[in-house]
Amino acid sequence: MSDRIARILGPVLLIVTLIAIWEIWVHLADTPRWMLPAPSDILESFRTDQQLLAKHTWVTLQEVLIGFGIALVAGILTGVAIDSSRIIERALYPLLIASQTIPMVVLAPLFLIWFGYGLLPKVLITALVAYFPLAVNTVDGLKSTDRELMKLLRSMGSTRWQMFRLAKAPSALPLIFSGARISVAFSVIGAVFGEFVGAKAGLGYLMDRSAPQFETPRVFACIVILAVMGVSLFLVVSLVERLALPWRRYVSES
Amino acid sequence: MTPPVLDITDLSATYMEDGRQLLALQHVNIRVQPGEFVCLIGPSGSGKSTLLDIISGLFAETHGTLAIDGKVLTPSQRPGATSYMRQRDLLMPWRNALENAALALEVHGYSPAEARDRAAARFEEFGLAGFEQSYPAQLSGGMRQRVAFLRTVLADRDLLMLDEPFGALDALNRAALQQWLVRMWEHQKQGVVMVTHDVDEAVFLADRVIVLSARPGTVVHEEIINLSRPRTRAMVTAPTFLAHRAVLLDALGLLEEVGV
Repeated sequence: MSDRIARILGPVLLIVTLIAIWEIWVHLADTPRWMLPAPSDILESFRTDQQLLAKHTWVTLQEVLIGFGIALVAGILTGVAIDSSRIIERALYPLLIASQTIPMVVLAPLFLIWFGYGLLPKVLITALVAYFPLAVNTVDGLKSTDRELMKLLRSMGSTRWQMFRLAKAPSALPLIFSGARISVAFSVIGAVFGEFVGAKAGLGYLMDRSAPQFETPRVFACIVILAVMGVSLFLVVSLVERLALPWRRYVSES
Repeated sequence: MTPPVLDITDLSATYMEDGRQLLALQHVNIRVQPGEFVCLIGPSGSGKSTLLDIISGLFAETHGTLAIDGKVLTPSQRPGATSYMRQRDLLMPWRNALENAALALEVHGYSPAEARDRAAARFEEFGLAGFEQSYPAQLSGGMRQRVAFLRTVLADRDLLMLDEPFGALDALNRAALQQWLVRMWEHQKQGVVMVTHDVDEAVFLADRVIVLSARPGTVVHEEIINLSRPRTRAMVTAPTFLAHRAVLLDALGLLEEVGV
């Protein structure tokens, strides 16, 4: 237990110290607010811009969640399809890799032309960014199934579906979850990027609008919210993983 | 008269290695009667595991016929006809002991709840009581092996195939589990084909020991073991035991090498 407190206390102390140094430094050097706001200024912005920040946070969060949701479903389905047949693997895998080589910077303006300034293009960019780690990890996870175990099931007379349900899917889950943890963090970046390219709402949009007005504390407030959002979503995925795979604890211990 | 649980006639099998066809088994004839315990021994590469793979339908022979419970089965009809325990315990790390033991029953169509109930009823007898909810990673090697064996027995087939089930265990655990297996089986009386490369283990457990030659594997000797049941540890020093042992070592061509 004391070990655990020490583990949490370390990083907390470090962050508090860094914030304190930042605060003192800004006041001593008399740095202008628009250039580098002190942590207290950012806190102040949270108070005065509360409603504005809340509104735009909600928009970004929606994009992240919907985009990640689409990526989750599409990524797992692609992974299963690729694993299920050689022909599909040969056809789909190059496309999957190619989809990653096209830079988002090129796609985002096209999405703007095709789908306008609403939620849809951001959701699509988010989904595209989050899709790849999920699809690849699903394929790797399914392929990591113990071949001997598959033989055992076959000797019992298992159907293909039983082998998938009893051996392949559970074997793949740990890797799917690590893919999901990466993807959910990518999702936040994807959504903000989509908003930078062209939007009417969202934290990316708010930052893009606040910076030219020298509302620097508000920009920092947005950054803090995005960081918290990314970390929280990561933790939620990790928590779901712990609940869904209780056996993992014992495996890593031994 | 009940037909033999296993009847293999003139079976040959080849497999491909580095683009070359290798003959793994040649003209193999084996018959196992209901409730008989047969051990297969032979040098490594004599096709013992290949033979079990063929019986369980994982691998197809190139020639010969194979009947289980008196019915000739093609390779695709064999999966599920026997119960096969492979060298590694192959417990699923995400299933607890109870769920692992119930696996074959689930595959054979029982609902997960019913399969677990049936498995739970045997835990005491297999020395696993109290470990129903434990994950494989929390169990000792010997216990894992017992869970794997329970899974094999629960499939409720007339023929059990065991591929070196004690191979991965240390000598003490091994002796304890042999003792335990022989006691279990003497109550159970299913037909058993067990692959081992340990002559003492074969003599101690089996009614009959079949010796396969080096590749291509073929039956070179059959030894009927004249030891009474129930078997006890004390028998391993009996003259009959030692005589069987000497004959089998000779059949394996090991007598000169070890200088007996």
